[in-house]
Amino acid sequence: MTHLPVAGGTTHRPISIALFVVFVAVTLYITIWASRQNKTAAGFYAADRSFSALQNGLAVAGDYMSAASFLGIAGIIALNGYDGFLYSIGFLVAWLVALLLVAELLRNSGRFTMADVLAFRMRQRPVRTAAGVSTITVSIFYLLAQMVGAGALVGLLLGVTGETAKIITIIVVGALMIFYVTVGGMKGTTWVQIIKAVLLVTGALVMTGWVLAKFHFNISELLGRAASESGKGQAFLSPGLAYGKTNLLSKLDLISLGLALVLGTAGLPHILIRFYTVPDARAARRSVNWAIGLIGAFYLMTLALGFGAAALVGSKAIAAQNAAGNTAAPQLAEALGGGPGTTGGAIFLAVIAAVAFATILAVVAGLTLASSSSFAHDIFANVIKRGQASERDEVRVARYAAFGIGATAILLSIFARSLNVAFLVALAFAIAASANLPTLLFSLYWSRFTTRGAVWGIYAGLISSVGLVLLSPICWGGKSGTLPAGNATALFSKTIEAPFPLQNPGILSIPIGFLFAWLGTITAKEIASATKYAELEVRALTGLGAH
Amino acid sequence: MADPSAAPPIDEHSDPDSFTAVQVRPEFVELRRRLRSFVFPMTLAFLAWYLLYVLASAFARGFMAHRLVGNINVALVFGLLQFVSTFSIAYLYSRYASRRLDPLADQLRHELEGGAR
Repeated sequence: MTHLPVAGGTTHRPISIALFVVFVAVTLYITIWASRQNKTAAGFYAADRSFSALQNGLAVAGDYMSAASFLGIAGIIALNGYDGFLYSIGFLVAWLVALLLVAELLRNSGRFTMADVLAFRMRQRPVRTAAGVSTITVSIFYLLAQMVGAGALVGLLLGVTGETAKIITIIVVGALMIFYVTVGGMKGTTWVQIIKAVLLVTGALVMTGWVLAKFHFNISELLGRAASESGKGQAFLSPGLAYGKTNLLSKLDLISLGLALVLGTAGLPHILIRFYTVPDARAARRSVNWAIGLIGAFYLMTLALGFGAAALVGSKAIAAQNAAGNTAAPQLAEALGGGPGTTGGAIFLAVIAAVAFATILAVVAGLTLASSSSFAHDIFANVIKRGQASERDEVRVARYAAFGIGATAILLSIFARSLNVAFLVALAFAIAASANLPTLLFSLYWSRFTTRGAVWGIYAGLISSVGLVLLSPICWGGKSGTLPAGNATALFSKTIEAPFPLQNPGILSIPIGFLFAWLGTITAKEIASATKYAELEVRALTGLGAH
Repeated sequence: MADPSAAPPIDEHSDPDSFTAVQVRPEFVELRRRLRSFVFPMTLAFLAWYLLYVLASAFARGFMAHRLVGNINVALVFGLLQFVSTFSIAYLYSRYASRRLDPLADQLRHELEGGAR
């Protein structure tokens, strides 16, 4: 273990830490500056709807491009070749669902949370409770994945090993995110996203240009070298190395993942509340267009980064560093800068490592904001206080909630720090697609949709997606359709066979969500209020009386 | 001031029935038709196109691995075409919305607000 390029060389460590401190200092300053405008509910939840389409487009992209997509996808491509690209495509195409079906109507008819739209025509308490539970569940799972990832990443990037380093990282990340949200509200959090998005896209752009220049801007040459350096030949450039390599079940798993990715985005609460930060529906549309452009460009670049890492660093050197490939992008930076041990390599590695921290920090802040908004606005103000809470109380509760949810996430992450929790991101997308999307679409487009349909849809989608994962090979490591026996990362048992053979629940849980939303509606005695639907539809389509 | 011949302005405090009256107005029916006739078929189209890609990745491995030029194979081109189609649909929708949806929505909203604002 003498020549590990990252953990072995620590020359970049002071530079990494210095850059990260600069990022934190700048974002803290902006957060405190933003806090002066956080007195009202509209200020705290929606930044007084004062962001431009470009600013919000950057912030949406910043909220969306998590470390999982920057480090994770580049890593999967570097180790397994083409299959990582499947993630990129699902994550991108998903934005069309948000653009065509959701963003503008949501902006026109809601105020602060996803539940504003879901509960618009319904009885407030049951629907807001369900939507709040689903929002908080999705956000906590997503948060856990990010924070545990941060703990592992810091150890790798700074060459610090040991459990204490992981725990300290988790606590620092958690404390910063709580500060951004409680002090800065939506305005502070949005600026953190904007800065992060600019850093991330710039970093990826520089690396991509550099990689392509090394191969004389000949993509075929880059791919050829990646294939040969991977040791897997042409198979590296085609689907099948990571997913669906064995049998029908594993192919179904791939399709299940694809469905959750494409349908999940438009149901992610931390993304949906971003549309409330712009003045009107047209600005919401333009911000989605900016986001699609930025995210699309970014995922195209991850292709170059992943194949570039395979070609220039080599799959073996990456896998030696981190079995999941999460360090592929930083290792590529080091190789581009001159290789391990050189000053250029150390500096470029430090820059990319700092960008990765910034990425994680911004995403966890967005998630904390979404879940605390939902707790304060849906559960506290509308369920507990039945709509009688004062605006000041509501914002105060939102701050406490951010603190509570942040603290919970820190504790859970510390307990889960050694588990393989990468599946939680895919699970968050599956819940969003199964529990939130059916109810959201039926609320907006189906006049007969009822309270019972909304509540059944949310709970059925939530319970089925989480339940199926609890029964899946992720938790039970015995021989199954998709994994060989003795899966070492299984959470409950490494030897008992999983009752449900797929790792991704979407292929079943998404239809279940739609089915129960429909069943609940047709079996309800309650008849949907035609006047409330008329109000929702007129407001959503014309922007009349939009907040 | 509001044109006295126009319908009374609608705001938060309006009688809920006034929305039902708007919902059956021909301009509103036309606005809804224009929105749905674009977004529903387009959604089905891009989801089908995406599913075709996912299914090909799962079941048509040989086809996807077929090399076209140098090391560039069908899988890569098919994937990049998903990017092209996503960018194109976003552009087409935005153009359609600003030409066919926004003017009608603005006109309706201004009428409903009755020039009171």
